[in-house]
Amino acid sequence: MKILAALIGRELGLALVHGADTIAALLFFLVTTSLFPLALGPSPAVLGRLAPGIIWVAALLASLLPLERLLGADYEDGSLDQLLLSGLSPLAVAAGKTAAHWLLTGLPLVIAAGPIAVMLRIDPARLPALLAGLVPGTLSLSLIGTAVAALVLGARRGAMLLPLLVLPLSTPVLIFGTAAAETSHPRPELLLLAALLAAALPLCPLAAGAGLSTAAE
Amino acid sequence: MLQAKGLAAIRGERLVFQGLGFILAPGEALAVRGPNGAGKSTLLRVLAGLIRPAAGRLMWQGEDALQDPPAHARRVAYLGHQDAVKPGLTAAGNLRFAARISGGSIAEALAALDLSALAALPVRLFSAGQRRRLALARIALSLAPLWLLDEPTNGLDESAAERLGRLLDAHRARGGIIVAASHIALPLGQAGQLLLG
Repeated sequence: MKILAALIGRELGLALVHGADTIAALLFFLVTTSLFPLALGPSPAVLGRLAPGIIWVAALLASLLPLERLLGADYEDGSLDQLLLSGLSPLAVAAGKTAAHWLLTGLPLVIAAGPIAVMLRIDPARLPALLAGLVPGTLSLSLIGTAVAALVLGARRGAMLLPLLVLPLSTPVLIFGTAAAETSHPRPELLLLAALLAAALPLCPLAAGAGLSTAAE
Repeated sequence: MLQAKGLAAIRGERLVFQGLGFILAPGEALAVRGPNGAGKSTLLRVLAGLIRPAAGRLMWQGEDALQDPPAHARRVAYLGHQDAVKPGLTAAGNLRFAARISGGSIAEALAALDLSALAALPVRLFSAGQRRRLALARIALSLAPLWLLDEPTNGLDESAAERLGRLLDAHRARGGIIVAASHIALPLGQAGQLLLG
């Protein structure tokens, strides 16, 4: 546990040093969501109707941005060996990386989503369901993303494979996340999002750990 | 005590080595020699538990070392052919993670490799030899009994190589074990030799 905390601390410290990389995902999210009013026109009816979908798609794409460097940087400079020899199991290393990805990308997106949704004139009654869905949703996205990033680690076309594999795997999250923000009774959708998270929580670090061990061989 | 029995490794489709065996008691060192591509790095990664051996066993104090990889990892300090340092962090910042795991002192480790004056400098300004010394400082920081060093003298000048020699002697005097791979002579003192390739 102490080592896991040290690993997450290391990731946050590195993110602080590479500040531009860290806020890139958040800026991407802010810029892409701001483009929609320009493209679709300022009509509150249209924007409000599309707001959940816009926010979810933008959040999904933004969370992809840091994935390649999340493990790729450590793989290239030999740090991955040191992490795997830190006394943590590969599964725990993957879990630490996932936690760091969520803290640095998922959490800022959830926080930014509220003001953005208001900017897009979302129906105020739908806002709580949107945000409540984004919390388990972004966690699932971090889990899936880290697992895929570990599996394509060292592959020649890894950077290209990454979105092609993450996006299809993320579609259930996207479907239930947007659905939750479009009904007046979002409970079933939110529970399904929680169920997806409950499935991803053990499976993704397991797959990611196997990917990390294989990449180190 | 580290004991290897009939170790073999396959990389790609090629058998790199087979039937490797040795016993190292506390305080002993093994210099792995051989030309480029002979499998020196592969052997060290097998000993670290990063690569599963294709055959053979690795024993630590008479028990299978690779049964529990995280437990074996805590016994190992591994210096790869890459330095595993982050250019954006300072020298001290690069050692922080290792220090939090081992509980060792960053200042002492830096001093052991004569890097104290550079502690607050970002590593992107370091020369290749200084980066290597920083990677060695991470080894010095570790309390692990088994040091696995891949070309530790790469890029080091004469005085740094001497410091490395003193560091290795001190580790052996504490009862540590060293396995070091190099294609040139190492400042190891009296050590067993293993010729690959």
